Amino acid sequence: MLKVENLEVNYGMIKAIKGISFSVEKGEVVALIGANGAGKTTVLHTITGLLSADAGRIEFDGKDITKTPAHKIVSMGMAHVPEGRRVFANLSVIQNLRMGAFTRKDKAEIEKNLEMVFARFPRLKERVNQLSGTLSGGEQQMLAMGRALMSNPQIILMDEPSMGLSPILVNEIFDIIGKVKADGTTVLLVEQNAKKALSISDRAYVLETGRIVLTGQASELLNNEEIKKAYLGE
Amino acid sequence: MLNFLTYLVNGISLGSIYAIIALGYTMVYGIAKMLNFAHGDVIMIGSYLIYTFMVTGGVNPLLSVLLAMVCCTVLGIVTEKVAYKPLRGASSSLAVLITAIGVSYLLQNLALLIFTANPKSFSPVITWEGISLFDGELRIQGVTIVTIITSLIVLVCLQLFINRTRQGQAMIAVSEDKGAAALMGINVNNTISLTFAIGSGLAAVAGALLCSAYPNLTPYTGAMPGIKAFVAAVLGGIGSIPGAMIGGLTLGVIESLSKRYISTQLADAIVFSILIIVLLVRPTGLLGKKIQEKV
Ligand SMILES: Nc1ncnc2c1ncn2[C@@H]1O[C@H](COP(=O)(O)OP(=O)(O)OP(=O)(O)O)[C@@H](O)[C@H]1O
Ligand SMILES: [Mg+2]
Repeated sequence: MLKVENLEVNYGMIKAIKGISFSVEKGEVVALIGANGAGKTTVLHTITGLLSADAGRIEFDGKDITKTPAHKIVSMGMAHVPEGRRVFANLSVIQNLRMGAFTRKDKAEIEKNLEMVFARFPRLKERVNQLSGTLSGGEQQMLAMGRALMSNPQIILMDEPSMGLSPILVNEIFDIIGKVKADGTTVLLVEQNAKKALSISDRAYVLETGRIVLTGQASELLNNEEIKKAYLGE
Repeated sequence: MLNFLTYLVNGISLGSIYAIIALGYTMVYGIAKMLNFAHGDVIMIGSYLIYTFMVTGGVNPLLSVLLAMVCCTVLGIVTEKVAYKPLRGASSSLAVLITAIGVSYLLQNLALLIFTANPKSFSPVITWEGISLFDGELRIQGVTIVTIITSLIVLVCLQLFINRTRQGQAMIAVSEDKGAAALMGINVNNTISLTFAIGSGLAAVAGALLCSAYPNLTPYTGAMPGIKAFVAAVLGGIGSIPGAMIGGLTLGVIESLSKRYISTQLADAIVFSILIIVLLVRPTGLLGKKIQEKV
């Protein structure tokens, strides 16, 4: 469903992504793991058009989206939960959620979607009118995920959803990712928490300084000695 | 007492004009994160357009204002696309500021070239005499009343537009986070254009009101009200729409009362001193908000 071929991305003179290829099939959860500065965020930003590719090709649902501007991506069925949540701080929870459905016209379906998001994140329902900037970090993460779900996407790209959260909240967030998958939504998950990420993923790619150095079934990677040493701290 | 009331009402009226101009500053700042120093000159261009339509072309006043609004809207969109957009994402925000000053000079000199430096006197757009209260002791001019009412209508419409329409919501989202807004499916470039369009259209309205109150049009007509409105926007908290309104009114009233009770020469100095004092006490302006970002 999502196919990236020989992607290269530069920041001026700095080569951040040095020709990577990977794919995500329908219904899969695929993890992209790597250390700080490996280029994970850059990859996601390039897929959704916030950055432009210097070389290579990105294909989604059979369509070439390499040059598609960011604002046209969401209506194609791809949502992006960006690094650092980036909720609209001066808008309330409900306004943020409705922002997620900005491009949709099907009023009745949007309301159903909203109910579904509230069912998934009861805490958001308790705080519908609270300004998002005053939510806790975990609540903001839920809001960012809920906002992405409001576009009723086929695939969600998530950038470090567990960042900065307490262990209990991390578990909660990963539970939710599991449920999103169970609903049939495809997920491309970027994480530094490799253990957690691998435990809920089908497959994974390991990114190191702009190159993919390893790939395989998540269960295999969990038992891979190199991975254990470098990413699982064992 | 009645004397005080007269100056107060005049101040509110002057302040309403500042407020309408300040709305343009504040909206553009909120969304494009730039200080559009050419904004005052759009008022001047708008005024010349009204003058041309009305005096030279013999078009009816209201229609002239509407036509000028349309032209200024286009002018706003074009300047943004040609002069400012290429600099978006430039490493220094100074570049766009200097460009705006350049656009300001360009517009002034363009007007100088076409209309010369000779002041054009404006036959008022608003011909209504106004009302008299207390047996004619207190007279309020038609211009004053129309100005105040116009600015109220503008504020209400703008608030409704921003809070009730999709485009308005898009503006809020873009003002907070362009990238996140784009991920929601919002066309950021179009939203910025729309903001410039609204700000410039309002500048034409301000031009009409300004020239009705002070019928003396030169290529530099827009400069001083532009700066005062900028002060008003900062005073109210730049980026905040109600802030621009309150800042504008405060400024107008202070200016008018200072002229009456302190000194005509010192009025401007007083206005700017107040800005400095407010910023010392509340750096974000009267209604500016600080949002603590969560990491
Ligand atoms: N705007 C930028 N300008 C210049 N270099 C950048 C910019 N953004 C990122 N980089 C560089 O590109 C490389 C990849 O950064 P990226 O943010 O994609 O890493 P990441 O894998 O997401 O890291 P993290 O886990 O810390 O979020 C880094 O070396 C970073 O310094
Ligand atoms: Mg990152």
